[in-house]
Amino acid sequence: MATRRVVLRFPQQLIDEPIISTTIKTYDLDFNILRAEITPASEGLMVIEFSGQDKPLNDAIRHLKKTGVKVEPIGLDVVRNEGRCTECGACITICPTAALYIDLESRHVYFDSEKCIACELCVPVCPSRAMELTF
Amino acid sequence: MAKTVAEINEKIRKGQAVVVTAEEMIDIVAEEGVRKAAKSVDVVTTGTFGPMCSSGAFLNFGHTKPRMKMSKVWLNDVPAYGGLAAVDCYIGVTEVAEGDPLNRSHPGEFRYGGGHVIEDLVAGKDVLLRAEGYGTDCYPRRELETWIKLEDCNQAFLCNPRNAYQNYNVAVNLSKDRDIYTYLGVLKRNLGSASFCSAGQLSPLLNDPYYRTIGIGTRIFIGGAQGYIFWQGTQHAPGVARNEHGVPTGGAGTIATVGDLKAMDPRYVVGASFYGYGCTLSLGIGIPIPVLDVDMARFTAVRDEDIVAPIVDYSRGYPYFEGGPLGHVSYAELKSGKITVQGKEVPTTPISSYVRAREIAENLKEQIKKGEFLLTEPLERLPAPESGLQFKMLKERPLRRAKEVL
Ligand code: SF4
Ligand code: SF4
Repeated sequence: MATRRVVLRFPQQLIDEPIISTTIKTYDLDFNILRAEITPASEGLMVIEFSGQDKPLNDAIRHLKKTGVKVEPIGLDVVRNEGRCTECGACITICPTAALYIDLESRHVYFDSEKCIACELCVPVCPSRAMELTF
Repeated sequence: MAKTVAEINEKIRKGQAVVVTAEEMIDIVAEEGVRKAAKSVDVVTTGTFGPMCSSGAFLNFGHTKPRMKMSKVWLNDVPAYGGLAAVDCYIGVTEVAEGDPLNRSHPGEFRYGGGHVIEDLVAGKDVLLRAEGYGTDCYPRRELETWIKLEDCNQAFLCNPRNAYQNYNVAVNLSKDRDIYTYLGVLKRNLGSASFCSAGQLSPLLNDPYYRTIGIGTRIFIGGAQGYIFWQGTQHAPGVARNEHGVPTGGAGTIATVGDLKAMDPRYVVGASFYGYGCTLSLGIGIPIPVLDVDMARFTAVRDEDIVAPIVDYSRGYPYFEGGPLGHVSYAELKSGKITVQGKEVPTTPISSYVRAREIAENLKEQIKKGEFLLTEPLERLPAPESGLQFKMLKERPLRRAKEVL
């Protein structure tokens, strides 16, 4: 099983087509829509996670491209909303890479986005929901 | 020579009071000794910022036309308690929005609850008020749906039955195969993490361990406003064991607090969601302590090294009362980033913000220096250790079913 997160951009003329449902049926994939912005009479945008076998996954993406959908791979980003972070420290033992860490002297909690692998583990753990996903 | 609160207030009014934070007091006492410090320092400010589940707010919405007795009330879909007079309600911070999946898919996220409603109100946001009444001759209206803001309320005050626990458990997880989701955050299996939740040396009740100056009527910093202690907090248990510094070695004293929501700052009133556990409110509280004499100078110089907390297993020990503490550990050790439990090195994680606790102590210090915050003498003291007051368990007396009676 593999998972791929992609951004799909639908040109206006394709918005009404059931592209996603036919694709996942044909290639036997599971999917999870992370974000969708489809407004009639403009380009549609969807962030979606496909999971399935490697080969059908790649074929599905090729198929999507052929239909005219623009496919962009993503690195989902996790950012810290500084205004919401209370610097409690509840996240520091959860973060696997120490991207979130506490300065033992000053007791400030820092977020080093360079070290962040966007595993999202901190997102539901942060009591004030300061860790946010961006696309 | 002992000082009185009145003398200290006189100095504050004249702008001559010497005010320091509980952190600064440690260094002053280390340099000057307690006797000199008792003379030179007038006030020590403390602070704490963390989840305080036994909190909530009374709100009065004003009357609708025609009048209505709001017996069921929701704020942004979070149920509030309407069993009061017509347009009063109480919103508790741990109440979860209706329709939340809770822990049906474990661990639940608990995105929005009473604490968030209170934060939104304090932040000046619109909140949806929905109410139902059963209709009476004097209160005929039965339904209401309207946006309200904090400023629309006649009165709105935080009124918390238990805040600022004097010391608390350090939580670990002995389970071999399961991470657990608690009010002290996520505890990783196999002693994978240890959570603690106290500002330690900055914490209000740890700086006045016998409640000599903190009592009923004490003016405090609460959520950014000036408020008061109005009673001993629920579960106040002054009789627990204490170490040589007078510091309780487990949860002990608590305070019940009140403060005007309209004067609060959302920086110190933050809705919180504990993964797999529920909603609550992270709240900032600060208490100034008058340095009346040498003893108070000594108490307010308490250091993290002097404060110990019990290590408790939250997989079985806490929920099922199995076994006692796994040991005790000082806040200095906890703040070093790791402790040793059962021979294993365990990384520690704080749940309360020390940075914001320090900010509150500093804020309070500045207010006092400027003469904007005067100290109070307690109208009455909180029950002291000699009161014999202890924390009781619930003794269940199951009801007898008809079958047994027959
Ligand atoms: S848990 Fe959230 S609020 Fe606390 S330090 Fe981490 S990011 Fe900040
Ligand atoms: S997303 Fe993962 S790696 Fe990034 S900060 Fe959160 S826990 Fe750490």
